[in-house]
Amino acid sequence: MLLSEILPALLEHLWLVGISVAAAIVISAPVAVLLTSRARLRRWTLGVVNVIQTIPSLALFGFLIPIPFIGGVGKRTTIIALILYALLPILRNAVVGIMGVDAGVRESALAMGMTHRQILLRVELPLAFPTILAGVRIATVATIGTATIAAAIGGGGLGTFVFRGIAMADSNVILAGAIPAALMAIAADEVLGWLERRICFWA
Amino acid sequence: MSTLAEFRNLQYKISERTILDEISLQVEEGETLVLLGRSGSGKTTLLKMVNRILTPTGGEVRFEGKAAHDWDPIQLRRRIGYVIQDAGLFPHYTVEQNVGLVPRLEKWEPARIQSRVGELLALVGLAPETYGVRYPRQLSGGEKQRVGIARALAADPPLLLLDEPFAALDPVTRFEMQQQFLKLRDSLNKTALFVTHDIREALLLGSRIALLKDGRLEVVAKASEFESASSPEARAFLSTLETHAAQ
Repeated sequence: MLLSEILPALLEHLWLVGISVAAAIVISAPVAVLLTSRARLRRWTLGVVNVIQTIPSLALFGFLIPIPFIGGVGKRTTIIALILYALLPILRNAVVGIMGVDAGVRESALAMGMTHRQILLRVELPLAFPTILAGVRIATVATIGTATIAAAIGGGGLGTFVFRGIAMADSNVILAGAIPAALMAIAADEVLGWLERRICFWA
Repeated sequence: MSTLAEFRNLQYKISERTILDEISLQVEEGETLVLLGRSGSGKTTLLKMVNRILTPTGGEVRFEGKAAHDWDPIQLRRRIGYVIQDAGLFPHYTVEQNVGLVPRLEKWEPARIQSRVGELLALVGLAPETYGVRYPRQLSGGEKQRVGIARALAADPPLLLLDEPFAALDPVTRFEMQQQFLKLRDSLNKTALFVTHDIREALLLGSRIALLKDGRLEVVAKASEFESASSPEARAFLSTLETHAAQ
């Protein structure tokens, strides 16, 4: 297996994961803030997101294909499925992180005359950040793994080698996809873990 | 003496449960009025009505001659210092940043904030150059509470609200903090509303004591006259002193 074949697949894989996790963060941030103050909506939303998580990934790709606009075969469907999987750890950690801010700290902020916006931006989000980042870390590592299955519906990435290797009954080809994916997951975990420790300077 | 804050026939209910009822009380300028009572007597709830963390369901609170509900809540809170039991310091802010919080919100010049913060830390007995750059986790309980008091004083508010500020400290540190509070109060001539369940603390720090029982005012008396109060609840609190003396 040539490096010149693996490298583009690796970059494509990275791109799929990057786009999906970034989109999941963008969706989760405002939703998490909204959910912290609404108990009923929080239970329902997290419940739905939880159920999505339990759908086996191959089945989810299968479900998405016939859906108009968002479905079909290819990268778009892949990214949508990956976003759906990344939502749960990111959203749940963001909600837990914001709600976990010490009640005394929140009350002090209010009593000092901070506005709700200032409390959110200067107190709650910074203090929740390590927890939020931990969610992003879990989501990233999991998405790197899930993204290999995306090749089944033409999503590309390192999974292409895995499926080709299975079809050819050639374990070397399978490993050409599996090893880089595993290394990518380990690297992502290390980098985000380092960032988490750096940011949590006050604890 | 003029009245700085006032409760007028205040009532507070959560669904059908009455937490506070028929509270009428005036806080005079320069005094330390202690709200004394058992856990659940409503003293903390009453305190939180002043800076509108809670809103009464009946009657009104007045501050500087104006009803609290006519104040912009943000402006009101920035004129009232607030100190709670665990200090409530922001863990991601240094001591300097914590103390300078309200001046920063009020958009003071950075140089003015810095000199004010240094002045306040020295006032509460913390060397600014040593403690200014520390984070709250690097402080002892007593030091945290000193920072909490400095933060409450930062924008020179006319009124301080203190909610059992020394209750979680060890007895020796608590005593030191009480002495510090007396010194500060006399030198700054601040008005304070001080919540405690400790009769000794009430007698030591209060110029007047308001005793609450089940959400109602039972006794309001000068600290020097409280010991002759005849109400059963006052006697119950005072009896803890006698037991102590008998031992």
